[in-house]
Amino acid sequence: MMVLDMIILALSWLFILGGSVFVVIGAFGTLRFPDFWSRLHAASITDSAGVILLIIGMCLQGGATLITVKLLFIGVFLFLTGPTATHAIANAALVTGLRPLEAKGLTGAEPEPISPDQDQPKEVGE
Amino acid sequence: MRILGILISLLALWLLTSGLFTPMLIGLGVVSVLVVIFVTARMDAQDDDRVGIRLSPVRFAKYLIWLMVEIARANWAVTKIVLSRKMTIRQHMFSVPYTQKTDLGQVIFANSITLTPGTITVETEDGNFLVHAVDYSDDDPAALADMDARVTASELGGAH
Repeated sequence: MMVLDMIILALSWLFILGGSVFVVIGAFGTLRFPDFWSRLHAASITDSAGVILLIIGMCLQGGATLITVKLLFIGVFLFLTGPTATHAIANAALVTGLRPLEAKGLTGAEPEPISPDQDQPKEVGE
Repeated sequence: MRILGILISLLALWLLTSGLFTPMLIGLGVVSVLVVIFVTARMDAQDDDRVGIRLSPVRFAKYLIWLMVEIARANWAVTKIVLSRKMTIRQHMFSVPYTQKTDLGQVIFANSITLTPGTITVETEDGNFLVHAVDYSDDDPAALADMDARVTASELGGAH
């Protein structure tokens, strides 16, 4: 039994440290990338690999308890809200007219113009 | 039938998140679950607006496993770009057609694109998504079409 505990502990440390490394890489990328659009992608490393590995590691620490169940709930919610938040930020940038720096020889697809009956961002007084 | 499902899932949620099994706390849980069911039933009578989950559980579970592998691979690819001395990125915005019939299927596809690092769904239009890729390669549209087909396959029935 002792050996099994040791293995689980070691695995959980491995996952937690791995997750932390990806969180740091995400932060590093956010600093290194040149513009807004590419920085979003660096942040999504933190969002996916960092979160998944950290939660698996913490679940192993928690063992078969209610803590693990709660961690899994948190994981599921982050899985749904993370991409949704990223999409909201990216969409806000697109709507306000920010375009990515297209690579050489590529032209970006343009969004369909917003028709007047669709709800537009309200004008904020200067 | 539907109310029974809500009852069981809400009670399970209460018990799992509280973790305390004293009569008073369980009683409070039962009361709040009943209030929620009363309110939902009334709202249902008002607008009859509900979100149907039309997914095949088995095929969706398979899709989730496949998605995990994809996320791992995409993470590795973006990590390599971040850590490389000379960051070679090829940013590109392109449109990806989707074939899902249900709103839920489209949400799953769009969220899966965003969840894999390297691609972000920026805008939703009729019949296609605008996707931004940080390191665009010419295989990307084909890879996303494959993902699209997998999401559509995990949808249940519907008119084809």
